[in-house]
Amino acid sequence: MAEVPKKLTIPAEEHICSGHLACQGCGAVLAMRYALKALGPNTVYTVPACCWSVIDGPFPYTTLGVPLFHIAFEAAAASAAGLAAGLEMVGKEDVNVVAWAGDGGTADIGIQALSGAAERNDNIMYICYDNEAYMNTGVQRSSSTPWGAWTTTTPARHFKKRPKKNLVDIMVAHQIPYVATAAIAFPEDVLKKVNKAKQIKGTKYLQIFASCPPGWRMAPEYAVKSVRMAVNARVWPLLEVDNGVYTITRKPRKPLPVADYLRLQGRFSHLTEEQVEEIQQMVDHNWERLLFLEKSTHEMAGIPLEEKKKTKEPDK
Amino acid sequence: MKEVVTGNHVVSHAARVGRAQVVSAYPITPQTQVVEKISEFVADGVMDAKFIKVESEHSAMVACIGASAAGVRAFTATSAQGLALMHEVLHWAANARLPVVLANINRAMGPPWTIWTDQIDSLSQRDTGWIQFYAESNQDIFDSILIAFKVAEQVDLPAMVVLEAFFLSHTAEPVDFPDQEDIDRFLPPRPARNTVDPENPAAFGGLTGPDHYYELKYMEHNAMLEAKETIAAATQEYGDMTGRYYKMADPYRCDDAETVLVVSGGVASTAKDAVDEAREAGWKLGSLKIWAFRPFPREEVRALLLGRKRVVVVDRNISFGQEGIFCSELKASLYSQPEAPPVLGFIAGLGGRDIKGRDLLAMAKAGEDPDCPEFNWYGVKP
Ligand SMILES: Cc1ncc(C[n+]2csc(CCOP(=O)(O)OP(=O)(O)O)c2C)c(N)n1
Ligand SMILES: [Mg+2]
Repeated sequence: MAEVPKKLTIPAEEHICSGHLACQGCGAVLAMRYALKALGPNTVYTVPACCWSVIDGPFPYTTLGVPLFHIAFEAAAASAAGLAAGLEMVGKEDVNVVAWAGDGGTADIGIQALSGAAERNDNIMYICYDNEAYMNTGVQRSSSTPWGAWTTTTPARHFKKRPKKNLVDIMVAHQIPYVATAAIAFPEDVLKKVNKAKQIKGTKYLQIFASCPPGWRMAPEYAVKSVRMAVNARVWPLLEVDNGVYTITRKPRKPLPVADYLRLQGRFSHLTEEQVEEIQQMVDHNWERLLFLEKSTHEMAGIPLEEKKKTKEPDK
Repeated sequence: MKEVVTGNHVVSHAARVGRAQVVSAYPITPQTQVVEKISEFVADGVMDAKFIKVESEHSAMVACIGASAAGVRAFTATSAQGLALMHEVLHWAANARLPVVLANINRAMGPPWTIWTDQIDSLSQRDTGWIQFYAESNQDIFDSILIAFKVAEQVDLPAMVVLEAFFLSHTAEPVDFPDQEDIDRFLPPRPARNTVDPENPAAFGGLTGPDHYYELKYMEHNAMLEAKETIAAATQEYGDMTGRYYKMADPYRCDDAETVLVVSGGVASTAKDAVDEAREAGWKLGSLKIWAFRPFPREEVRALLLGRKRVVVVDRNISFGQEGIFCSELKASLYSQPEAPPVLGFIAGLGGRDIKGRDLLAMAKAGEDPDCPEFNWYGVKP
């Protein structure tokens, strides 16, 4: 019996083809795929050293249906600024210029150029796909690696003892028009935010949580599940900051215990119960902080805070 | 039209009349006036360009790379620490075959902190794949930048025009500015190829294995060699327009010279005076200015120097553990050639110490001593 076709919630059109070089279950590929569905063909990408400099394929191949300019590791934002200026001078200011970088290329080596572009409010979209480590070079810690995680430079017996760098607030502090987080387990939300960013002139910053099964020490089939759990355990809150006004775009009705999220991944398997509890407290504290920011920034801007309907779907 | 202008402002004017479309730069002494002037030009609307005021020289070069990849004429200027900070992406510009033009004000490298001239900043970038011209005067700076744009855009390689801190950057000299129409004829809009354009999707600079990388380097080297012909054609055309004919290696009173002083940059101008003085005293001295350092004028140098009694090279730079860099380059060009003259190297003027005409004559004289060592430090204080 033929299946009743379901209504698609995101466009069917693809701007990325098969044959790329990503590992099985690569979250960074899904992030790219969804972002491109929103961006469409009138887009150019500039990509610094990261997994995506390999994923796109070796010379002379490419996986994307749009131009991809490769640039040095610390240079994504500045190259986007140059491309945007150049395209404007040749009369193509309507092109979406997107810097697409990993968390290392964003939070560490590329933060200076990113901060420069954001302070100038250059008309670019900067998307960081955050897999919480330097995956290209074999899972070394980045400043976006969370507290407690194993990496090859933070071995289990000396796991990372500093919290994940809060890039979202750093970008908000630049007073750019739009900052948002998204996650590959919520494609509609990724598209909505990229679509919104596309309409805005100035610097737009999006950070998309993207799993890396080999780097997170888990099976590829957990690629989407782990990210959904991160959001539903409030480890990775989905939010939007419009001109400084914070909105949490998904409020899990019954948050998952953080332990459930951690348990799926080998990179946290060394943690004791007490340490897991410590992480739970950090996560709860961050959530409270975000609720406070949401309330206070809405009040200051004189915008009523809509009580978002709590999610109906089971929080698994 | 002639105007009295400082070397730095000549750079800004050359970017303006050369119709650079995107400028991105970061201030550093002694280059600051270049960017100040260009930001005025752009803000006042006398220059139709975007000026991206970046947070570092690294980003300045990267922004130029991005703009150039989009097909426009991109320009920047820097000095010393700034150029060194760009090093990684100087390679990127050349290997991506993007004709960015950069003016570098020669400044010695710290520590200790210094702002005065020597050539180690630009010469340390020798192998990045950039064309390099060393200017002798403010007129030279202007002309070299226009020629640099033209040559760079024809061979798809970036080009650097180098001038000395203070001796040129902050010294005002009369400079002839050709009419804008003539400049536009000499330097039409950039004939951009293979630009980053959504209508023509492609990947640029993606992972390349040993199967292809090697040939890309072969092509890059050939482009640099081809630049010699391009420079010859461009300097001919420029000379016909202005009466100023540039040569990659430019001899002065060398016809019957037994000793030839090889110099570069502003020192070349001092050397001409020194040679005149020597000639008056009946001394068969000539000088040779190396204007183009990359591509290196190997054939020209051979034609001019083989058969001389000796060559004295004055280097305002030092490659520690070897010798002056121009000296090594000359030796490499002359080695094993018939009638190759002895080449005597002198280090002088590091960190902005003045090189006067009498210093050049003293080095030439010392070089004529049959016992002169092959490598010398000139004027080290005890
Ligand atoms: C200047 C410089 N330093 C180091 C490297 C090596 N390197 C390439 S990618 C990378 C890590 C990238 O991490 P991230 O930005 O998080 O992207 P991911 O690999 O996780 O996709 C490193 C360290 C480089 N290419 N350039
Ligand atoms: Mg990463």
